[in-house]
Amino acid sequence: MEKQLSPDEKREAFWQGLLAPKDPQGNALQFASPAAEKAYRERILRFRTAIEMDKLPDRVPVTVFSGMYPWAYAGMTMQEAMYDYGKCAAAFKKFVLDFQPDVHWGAAGPGPGKFFEILDYKLYSWPGHGVSPEHVYQCNEGEYMKANEYDALIQDPSGYFSNVYLPRVFGALAGFQMLPFLPGILEMYGVAFNFIPYGLPPVQSTYQALFEAGAESLKWAGAIGGADGELAAAGFPTLLGGFTKAPFDVVGDTLRGTKGIMLDIYRQPAKLMKAMEALTPLMIKMGIGAAQATGKPLIFVPLHKGADGFLSDEQFKKFYWPTLKEVLLGLIEGGCVPLPAAEGGYNSRLQVVQDLPRGKTVWMIDQSDMGTAKATLGKNACLFGNVPSPLLQLGTPQQMKDYAKNLMDTAGTGGGYILGNGSFFDEAKPENLKAMIDFTKEYGAYR
Amino acid sequence: MSKALIDAIADMREQDALKITDEMLASGADPLGVLDACREAMAVIGQRFEEGNYFLPELLLAGEMLGQISDKVKPRLQAQTGAQKKLGRVVIGTVTGDIHDIGKNIVTFMLDANGFEVQDLGVDVPPAKFVEAIRDSKPQVVGLSGFLTLAFDAMKETVEAIKAAGLRDQVKIMIGGGQVNDKIQEYTGADAYGKDAVAGVSLAKKWVGAK
Repeated sequence: MEKQLSPDEKREAFWQGLLAPKDPQGNALQFASPAAEKAYRERILRFRTAIEMDKLPDRVPVTVFSGMYPWAYAGMTMQEAMYDYGKCAAAFKKFVLDFQPDVHWGAAGPGPGKFFEILDYKLYSWPGHGVSPEHVYQCNEGEYMKANEYDALIQDPSGYFSNVYLPRVFGALAGFQMLPFLPGILEMYGVAFNFIPYGLPPVQSTYQALFEAGAESLKWAGAIGGADGELAAAGFPTLLGGFTKAPFDVVGDTLRGTKGIMLDIYRQPAKLMKAMEALTPLMIKMGIGAAQATGKPLIFVPLHKGADGFLSDEQFKKFYWPTLKEVLLGLIEGGCVPLPAAEGGYNSRLQVVQDLPRGKTVWMIDQSDMGTAKATLGKNACLFGNVPSPLLQLGTPQQMKDYAKNLMDTAGTGGGYILGNGSFFDEAKPENLKAMIDFTKEYGAYR
Repeated sequence: MSKALIDAIADMREQDALKITDEMLASGADPLGVLDACREAMAVIGQRFEEGNYFLPELLLAGEMLGQISDKVKPRLQAQTGAQKKLGRVVIGTVTGDIHDIGKNIVTFMLDANGFEVQDLGVDVPPAKFVEAIRDSKPQVVGLSGFLTLAFDAMKETVEAIKAAGLRDQVKIMIGGGQVNDKIQEYTGADAYGKDAVAGVSLAKKWVGAK
């Protein structure tokens, strides 16, 4: 039997893999120059050191984890960014090379417009499909899972997704409603009955759409993956392996919706808890699977409905944190580095969420007080972000530098801090972003 | 019995609140009295929200309870004529390009529950539609909602369109949602921003001179 790696050994393997990048043919990546290769390694180590908190990096790492800004910066409409994969990748590459952040987060943001069309995606509106060409895609809040469907989700999450949820959010997957119950495929007698649905026109046309969607998605992934490779060769790594979610947000964002989950807290709390428990191992599997598929350890976990003002402290501790904590610990166990993004304010949660192993997570902080964050969560976790979107969009380079200086003086002290934006933005003044990055490189050196 | 109804709503006992409403109506209580109890309960809920004891689950459940109670009361109200006096009128909407509506819906419900007449223009509302609604409905207060960073410019354009139409002096404008802060308020030319729904109600009350 193969030797089981410890969580730390798995993590080490991810980092070592990042330091020895491959080209698409599986050969060692050819760097543009020895200087690019050196910078590539330094940038990864700078991030790793900040995250692991066992020593000081050479300086405060700096990055931009933006929304659609790279494409707005290129003067593209959001529609072009979603439909012209080559242009999308080229614009992203230019953005990274122009601003030179330590690491980038990939060009997957806009996503493949044609793919969404093929599958008739209903969960989001996107340019040309519910929003205008220059605007970003946005989620259509809804009750995609009904109040009386908790038992179905709890008993068989995958079956619920394939036969109920996916046909609701993808028009072209309507045929999935007819799929057989897979654990019923047993023995010889009668087994063929289970396969009748695959002979029926609605199921066959759903599979046709899937083949087409798969091909489109490959085309898109090739373009944006190409940008990753070219940026790596130029010395700019990405550490992002994929994403997963807090079980509370899985239910509250796109299954029951905000209103649905908030009412369930009062109307059917036990079922809500059971559903989140059922989803927890799946969310761990999703994150670890993504990290293994990409060879990159950082797993993004955007946190939504547990922010300040959404839930009381008691509700947060009872409904939100336990399963999120389990997901984070499961990811760590699998060798990943969870990157939860505490969107909005998290001031009232910092005491609670600091209860994690030291140096194993990195938290993107949006509007929380950084002094308090450093003194609580920051004792155990690397903090990242807090530069406000309004400042990037409306401030001046001098205001930007003052803000960054203050961040480095508070959150940066003793390491464990990465400078960057706190929330996802689509618009900014380029001179402010440039000031943020250049000033951090100049002022952020640890002496 | 109206005290019992106020407590049931304010304490989030949905089933009790509905049962008490049924009993009150069956025993011939004044339907307007039931609605008064709802308003009093909402004042308590608003206060608990401001004190940091109530959050989104409570605001949303309160909305559900009030909706169900008003459905029970409405058929009996038709006999009684004359609209109730409102505190003032508010035109609200999510600005152009942005289709987020959860925050706006909560503010709309809270304004309504606090005695305002609210005209909700929906999402992705172009500036011209706000201008038209202000001309037609003559609100004292306009609420602009937006979640995305692109909403900052859309809010600014909307305020400018209201100004260009010569209506700026007739309305107070409040903004809210997502990343909105004092810097954005200044940028957009709005009169104030509200950090949450209850803050929005306070602003509107202040502007119409209500307590």
